[in-house]
Amino acid sequence: MVKKSIHEINKKIEDGSVNVVTAEEMVGIVENLGVEGAAREVDVVTTGTFGAMCSSGLMLNLGHSEPPIKIQKLWFNNVEAYSGLAAVDAYLGAAQISDTRGMQYGGAHVIEDLLRGKEIDVHATSYGTDCYPRKVLDTTITLDDLNEAILLNPRNAYQKYAAATNSSKRILNTYMGELLPNFGNVTYSGSGVLSPLSNDPSYETIGTGTRIFMGGAQGYVIGNGTQHSPSDGFGTLMLKGNLKEMSSDYIRAASFTGYGTTLYMGIGIPIPILNEKLAASTAVQDADIFTDILDYAVGSKDKPAIRQVNYAELKSGLVQIEGKDVPTSSLSSFKNARKIANELKEWVRHGKFFVSMPVERICCEGSAKSMKQTQAVPLVKDVMSDFIVTIKKDQTVQDAAKKIWENSFNHLAVISDTGELVGILTAWDISKAVAENIFDSVESVMTKKVLTCAPNEPVDLAARRLDRYGVSAMPVIDAQKQVLGIITSDNISKLLARRY
Amino acid sequence: MKIKISIPTERIHDPIISESIIETGIRLNIMVANIDSTYGELIADVKDSRFNRIKKALESRGAIVAILDQPIHRDEEECVDCGACISVCPMNVYTFDETWSLCVDEKKCIQCGMCIKMCPHGALKLGE
Ligand code: SF4
Ligand code: SF4
Repeated sequence: MVKKSIHEINKKIEDGSVNVVTAEEMVGIVENLGVEGAAREVDVVTTGTFGAMCSSGLMLNLGHSEPPIKIQKLWFNNVEAYSGLAAVDAYLGAAQISDTRGMQYGGAHVIEDLLRGKEIDVHATSYGTDCYPRKVLDTTITLDDLNEAILLNPRNAYQKYAAATNSSKRILNTYMGELLPNFGNVTYSGSGVLSPLSNDPSYETIGTGTRIFMGGAQGYVIGNGTQHSPSDGFGTLMLKGNLKEMSSDYIRAASFTGYGTTLYMGIGIPIPILNEKLAASTAVQDADIFTDILDYAVGSKDKPAIRQVNYAELKSGLVQIEGKDVPTSSLSSFKNARKIANELKEWVRHGKFFVSMPVERICCEGSAKSMKQTQAVPLVKDVMSDFIVTIKKDQTVQDAAKKIWENSFNHLAVISDTGELVGILTAWDISKAVAENIFDSVESVMTKKVLTCAPNEPVDLAARRLDRYGVSAMPVIDAQKQVLGIITSDNISKLLARRY
Repeated sequence: MKIKISIPTERIHDPIISESIIETGIRLNIMVANIDSTYGELIADVKDSRFNRIKKALESRGAIVAILDQPIHRDEEECVDCGACISVCPMNVYTFDETWSLCVDEKKCIQCGMCIKMCPHGALKLGE
């Protein structure tokens, strides 16, 4: 049995005899020396990750102005920060987007600009009090002008992250990047073999108070992250570090087209090898870390899993979906994750960084809950009209005109002999056919690419689709493509009229 | 070299491409074709030495031919080597080397712009 203490390891760091390796190197060492040998030989294993971490932000203090102001609303380069605390404290979230530049520029960009020494415009407003009489303030600041500039990140360093793909027929713009239609690509995030929490999955050495590499400086874990879900392998960490000491090599603003802004964070966590169990867990490899590929075409929180995959496959550049090779893209940088693990290794080796034990363990069981919703979300079947007029595809344009006229109904669902939906025909299509003198079958004048929806979809999703494609109605169909009804913008307006 | 062939609305129903290929005997490797009832745009690869002849043949039929000479440009300072651009590029311009650095094979680029939208760090642009 190997048993080492933090104190012993820190003494070795101090006298320069410490043996420190990266989590990538540890894989081979455990293979060669076995778990016990590796636990004896290796004192510290360093990990690293560098990727998009939306749940990041800057807690700052501006100092008092003359005359003083109790800031109620606050903007940095037109990006709003939260200032509902004391007078001149604020929290600037990385994902807040600019009021004037939209998704091109957000809180993350202000943070990176501050770090790069740029001047930032400040605009603040207030209601004014006897002690804080000022109502408006405009100034410019740099990072040096702030009293405190603390990165306080509620949820970073996911243990692993689900991969994303898209079964639909259009490009999706998501926080997982651009997802091409018909399973055109798969995107993923996380550093696999170097992932901090995957190397210490029972959180023996990573907990409140653990000293870490954060953005190029020393920072700390201050607890579990929000949405911490360790039982599913989705543990997260809450972190804190001083922005003034950080480096723009490891803190980078980003913007995902059609989604918004986020901060790329560089985080490295050292794992002191106190026993065999830790030696074994730090030998984890890409092939041991599994995650699901989720279908982002489903705009619901529960996205269907297409298949399970491990990080070795994701990193190989191709994964198989339905027998087809699909190219993968990483959204996080493995090169930078490796750089971080190596830099942290150098810090430890040169006595610049000492390891620590958590002052409190974080829980390694439990799952994040979904939101409690007291108002039921209406489904398509609750608001659709189940009266819908259908027509067979081989009937004539005249038959169609007659049906529309008789039922004073604007949309005809065109069906095949077996009742499957094959198209849609509107009064407008008929007018066009008449104008062009086409009187053949309905099939020749109908719209074949017809948007549809399912009865159990939330109305909001149907409304978004109607709006995106600029159509006024969609047939509702079941899995066998049989027509159940129709949902129109009229149905939705009536629903809204009832709601408000 | 990569060329862009634009076919104006009034010629969209004529078999301009096939006629030009038959007339000159020059093979075009068509890589992207966006054609609808109002407009056509194709991107094709052709040997440098054959460019002038095929251009003449295409233009005599009303097409507009342009050389694509604004290769994709990557700002190495902005790029973080994430690899987000890899999977959306239809021409496999991007790959990782063994150190997980991004490699860019500009010559293959057909300037479709997909990667520009994908890059979270705004590191990619056409032309420089
Ligand atoms: S523009 Fe980008 S995505 Fe398109 S071919 Fe060129 S490199 Fe590839
Ligand atoms: S997506 Fe942008 S930042 Fe990422 S590797 Fe490609 S060019 Fe670099």
